[in-house]
Amino acid sequence: MSSPSSDPAATIHAQGLTRRFGAHVAVASVQLELNRGEVLGFLGPNGAGKTTTMQMLTGNLAPTEGEIRICGVDLLARPTTAKAHIGYLPENPPLYRDLTVDEYLTLAVKLHRVAKAQRRVAVARAKERCGLGDVGRKLIGTLSKGYQQRVGIAQAIAHEPDVVILDEPTVGLDPNQIRDIRALIRELGGAHSVILSTHILPEVEAICDRVQIMHHGSIVYSDTIAALKAIHTGRAVLLGLRRPPSDAELAALPGVTAVEAAGDKLYRLQLAADRDPTEQLVARSVEKNWGLYHLAPAQTSLEDVFVNLTR
Amino acid sequence: MIFTIAAKELKGLFSSPLAWMVLTAVQLIAGYAFLKRLDDFLQIQPQLVQLASPPGVTEIVVGPLFATTAIMLLFAVPLLGMRSIAEERRNQTMVFLTSAPVSMTQIVLGKFLGLFAFIALVVTLITAMPLTLALSTSLDYGHIASLFAGVLLIAAGFAAVSLYISSLTTQPMGAAFGAFAALLLMVFMGEAAGDGLRSRGWHLPAALAQVFSPLKNFEPLGKGVIDSFAITCSLLLIVLFIVLAVRRLDARRLRG
Repeated sequence: MSSPSSDPAATIHAQGLTRRFGAHVAVASVQLELNRGEVLGFLGPNGAGKTTTMQMLTGNLAPTEGEIRICGVDLLARPTTAKAHIGYLPENPPLYRDLTVDEYLTLAVKLHRVAKAQRRVAVARAKERCGLGDVGRKLIGTLSKGYQQRVGIAQAIAHEPDVVILDEPTVGLDPNQIRDIRALIRELGGAHSVILSTHILPEVEAICDRVQIMHHGSIVYSDTIAALKAIHTGRAVLLGLRRPPSDAELAALPGVTAVEAAGDKLYRLQLAADRDPTEQLVARSVEKNWGLYHLAPAQTSLEDVFVNLTR
Repeated sequence: MIFTIAAKELKGLFSSPLAWMVLTAVQLIAGYAFLKRLDDFLQIQPQLVQLASPPGVTEIVVGPLFATTAIMLLFAVPLLGMRSIAEERRNQTMVFLTSAPVSMTQIVLGKFLGLFAFIALVVTLITAMPLTLALSTSLDYGHIASLFAGVLLIAAGFAAVSLYISSLTTQPMGAAFGAFAALLLMVFMGEAAGDGLRSRGWHLPAALAQVFSPLKNFEPLGKGVIDSFAITCSLLLIVLFIVLAVRRLDARRLRG
């Protein structure tokens, strides 16, 4: 296939993506880049435009402006060729309740043009990956919510697409299933590329390589998880004292740049970049009988970033 | 791809109780209509023999049976077709098809073919009834074939209209009623309008009106006459509403 893309590793390249509904701008010039082998966490409060963006990326909604390339193929000019590279699990899994799991997945691979000889293998593999091995002959309508969710994931990955787009895939799953699905998404991120929309922030920190936060239709944050962790880890500590001194005294400690209360008798100390005064802190609190009971590095979590940007 | 979707539609119809109910009721009524007509025929047969060129069993029994079938389809097809798009949209399963590498035209054609295949089965089962007469008498197979084709054309037209109306709403019952109303309107008004226009000598508008008169287009084939104009009108009706349905679904993607 001729690939006009400038970067062959890019599976999704979206530029200036805008969608208006009448006067309301749901998505405003969003830039989105996804590379092979990458898992992108797509975050944002409800109504931020995540689902609209995903609908556009999967060809279910035409953008008002902008361009989308899937593996180098223009989605708007050649939709069927481009869609063959995509697997999509929408927010509400599109399940036919009166089909069995096997029938449904077979239909999915047929529609995604998997060659006849490989269909059976593809269905079996998708079932195995999603833990559906023993429910193949059951009607989808009779399955529990968790199983139905997994059938939804299975139909999105059965044809081995280059891009997997999952809109809140772990909703309704129990903790064990969530672990399995997370492992599966990580595995998919190896050979394919994944966009994962979710509200569960630890999930993003656990499995994504990169994160984009959307708010009021625009991307307000875009960085790698590694960078996020590197910036914020170790620069602050959480200190708990039974008999705390004054804030000023804490702030005067060597290497401490700022102090803020983080709860009852709990303090968050911002540290200077090149110093680690933990040892001195412990020594000082023993010496002055402050009653130290808690000392831990305060990670500025994704949650902090999220809340700061979207509130 | 079209056939994959058609097969899925057909499977969906067979797994819904409504389709079976429609199938049963239509068979029951057609069976009664057939036997009643046959009974009438046997009673007047002695008088018929005295005529110079008496109408055969095909004209007296099979023709009216197919006319009854056409009327029944007017009720049945909207009920069978109401689910096809409206229910998929309501259950949000349409995304499954629109995310797959298939065009909107393929989706609509697949749905149309699936629905049509089911109706064709209904019509075939009804046709099997008069064919049993072949055991005891000689039938006009050419006439039966033309009746069969005529009813299939009508059914395809009804299916296309039902499919389009089903694309307008997410309420299956609303789609059924809307399609039924539209078809009834065509049967009554389309024909009256055609006649009225023709009597004033406005031939082009009259010809256009005939596109929307499915029963009128059935008449020639019902008599065993191949009228290419009527057949063209029937085909135009089918194409028109399939195109409208495709455009309607595409508009949803464009406008959201």
